[in-house]
Amino acid sequence: MQTLLRPAISLFLLLSVITGILYPIAVTGISKAIFPDAAGGSLIVKDGKPVGSELIGQNFADPKYFWGRPSATSPQPNNGMASGGSNLGPLNPALVDAVKGRVDALKAADPGNRMSIPADLVTASGSGLDPEISPAAAAYQIERIARIRKLKAETVAALVVKNTAGRQLGLFGEPRVNVLKLNLALDAQAL
Amino acid sequence: MSTHAWLLLGVYLLVLLFAAKPLGSYIANVMEGRATLAQRLGGGFEAVLYRLCGVRREEEMGWLHYAVAILLFNLLGALAVYALQRLQLWLPLNPQAFGNVSPDSSFNTAISFATNTNWQGYTGESTMSYLTQMLGLTVQNFFSAATGIVVVIALIRGFARHTTKTIGNAWVDLTRITLYVLLPISLVYSVFLVSQGAIQNFDRYQDVTTLEITKYDNPKLDAAGQPLKDEKGNAVTEPATTPTQTLPMGPVASQEAIKMLGTNGGGFFNANSAHPYENPTPLANFIQMLSIFLIPAALCLTFGRMVGDTRQGWAVLAAMTLMFVVMAIAAMHFEQQANPQLSSLGIDTFAGNMEGKETRFGIADSGLFATITTLASCGAVNAMHDSFMPMGGFVPLWNMMLGEVVFGGVGSGLYGMLVFAVMAVFIAGLMIGRTPEYLGKKIEAFEIKMVSIAILVTPLLVLAGTAIAVMAGDGIAGIANPGAHGFSEILYAFTSAANNNGSAFAGLSANTPFYNGLLSVAMWFGRFGVIVPVLALAGGLAAKKRITASVGTMPTHGPLFIVLLIGTVVLVGALNYVPALALGPVVEHLMLYPVK
Repeated sequence: MQTLLRPAISLFLLLSVITGILYPIAVTGISKAIFPDAAGGSLIVKDGKPVGSELIGQNFADPKYFWGRPSATSPQPNNGMASGGSNLGPLNPALVDAVKGRVDALKAADPGNRMSIPADLVTASGSGLDPEISPAAAAYQIERIARIRKLKAETVAALVVKNTAGRQLGLFGEPRVNVLKLNLALDAQAL
Repeated sequence: MSTHAWLLLGVYLLVLLFAAKPLGSYIANVMEGRATLAQRLGGGFEAVLYRLCGVRREEEMGWLHYAVAILLFNLLGALAVYALQRLQLWLPLNPQAFGNVSPDSSFNTAISFATNTNWQGYTGESTMSYLTQMLGLTVQNFFSAATGIVVVIALIRGFARHTTKTIGNAWVDLTRITLYVLLPISLVYSVFLVSQGAIQNFDRYQDVTTLEITKYDNPKLDAAGQPLKDEKGNAVTEPATTPTQTLPMGPVASQEAIKMLGTNGGGFFNANSAHPYENPTPLANFIQMLSIFLIPAALCLTFGRMVGDTRQGWAVLAAMTLMFVVMAIAAMHFEQQANPQLSSLGIDTFAGNMEGKETRFGIADSGLFATITTLASCGAVNAMHDSFMPMGGFVPLWNMMLGEVVFGGVGSGLYGMLVFAVMAVFIAGLMIGRTPEYLGKKIEAFEIKMVSIAILVTPLLVLAGTAIAVMAGDGIAGIANPGAHGFSEILYAFTSAANNNGSAFAGLSANTPFYNGLLSVAMWFGRFGVIVPVLALAGGLAAKKRITASVGTMPTHGPLFIVLLIGTVVLVGALNYVPALALGPVVEHLMLYPVK
């Protein structure tokens, strides 16, 4: 046992320092030198103040903004301190109730809209912080935004296109629209 | 399944096989101490390390000695993680001043990260200090991965050597795999993740003023801090607003890289790889999927090289790949189905089941990720498995029940698969009445005893644990979803823990003394209850004479063996669970799609 204890303890400590201290510090140093923006959280700064992160979704419930993915975090939606999904099973009545509530809210904000509702606009995201919606979910909201903001639908649609990313390298993931950046662009339009 | 999904699967397999081949040779070189470039560069440092630690690198160990060394090293790891959590308030790098973690949660997390399970009962971003994440969890991500790899290397030596008592030096093996394989890949990989948007800093959390003020219902608390309930049992809430959002920060990318590469799977944040700061883009997601299978696939080829017959490695890899493709197609297919209960509300069915999924990943990348993370004992998630369609959720459960041998955890997947290979030649031997042999070694009573223990210990832990939990009040109390799905949540938890996966049907409230304790038992014995018999098997094999193949020897590199191996894994490994699966996802599927 004696012959095992010394190597066990000393090797554990030395390798811990290498992998648990030196390695994260090295990665931080390199990252901050090459990708300072990303390493710091991809913050969006407006008038010198951070208004959010490109990667972290915010809650939008005002009809004049594009709404994002519903968030199941608690107590408030899009809570950065408690990421996660609803974890509601497919047969859970609470899931149907939640989705129904979101459908009703969308219809109340835009009673004339006859399009079928894109699934991602009424189902909670996995992280509760999803920054993006599908192009279909954006298209569903264009008329409403244009009407409330007294803009041409084409103007709003052009902003949506500007904030849309396709599949990465043409193959990975899904096409998507960044909601916070789109809403910031809408606000800038009004001025 | 969409064309895009087929294409994604095809590209994934191609890239995986191309990347695994050179890595497999490299690992063989490193473990055999042949002077690779890395060892020429790091050899001096390695020698200093051994001198400081009193390691005599030429001194090889017998299997028992090796097993005790591994156990000791992992025990120290568990102790360190426990201590860091219990003391974090008084230690540095805790800018949010998070309090010390409760004893039962600390214990569970310590066992969880030491066993490569990385089951998480806690919410990372509001519980763990940066120091705990780095020096506790990141370190264990390295060490538990290294442990798995060195155990399979020892087993391979058992096959490759003959008439010897020793299977290697545990200290040298652990050091080399950490310094020459895990660390350099993680370094490059984490910088890539940052380039995609994963964060890496030691800053305080950032409060930002959001565009819109968020209105929400805040649960009212009683004097003891527990949520108040009305007479119907619903939470009492009051309207509240907040003009800000808190953005969590931390050294995420460095932990994320080894979390995936070492098939650990414990996220920095609660949402794991669904969190945009952990897994920001579809490309990052693809590389994450790749890095889960990379070392498990490479080790098959390492195995072929070390036993002196590369065809043996390819045969094992082929069996794994075939099973993987079937499960991947199943997961992507079932998740592409829209939930009929929601479709009736006038929702577009085109997008499939998006509850619990991220927009940037959609169905294909989420379904594929779920398959990979559960076949490998990784357990990271980029979508919430609890909200999968019934048969979509069946896939991850079934994958884990195969015993984490289809690619499996780093090292643990291959040693599990080799255990099944020994079982397969044993069954074939019984059928024709010959003494079975594998890779020139006679398989006799001792080997079969060790193989049986290794195969049976996990189903025992899963089924007994689930049975206890569904009978106990404390077990039932954790369930979040009613009906069959609630049973699935418990079954999933024990399957995940005993197979050292770590993913969850996360609705289950498992951060209670009951679950923290019981799941810790499942994780510890699910890990070391397999490792010890596997090392005994290695020792037994190394001591044997090598016999030359005769006409009566069954070749173990052809299609016949591949089919036999798959059959053994499915029949011996997973059939134990069929009654339990029938009570969970199968019932749920039939309820959602009633037979007319």
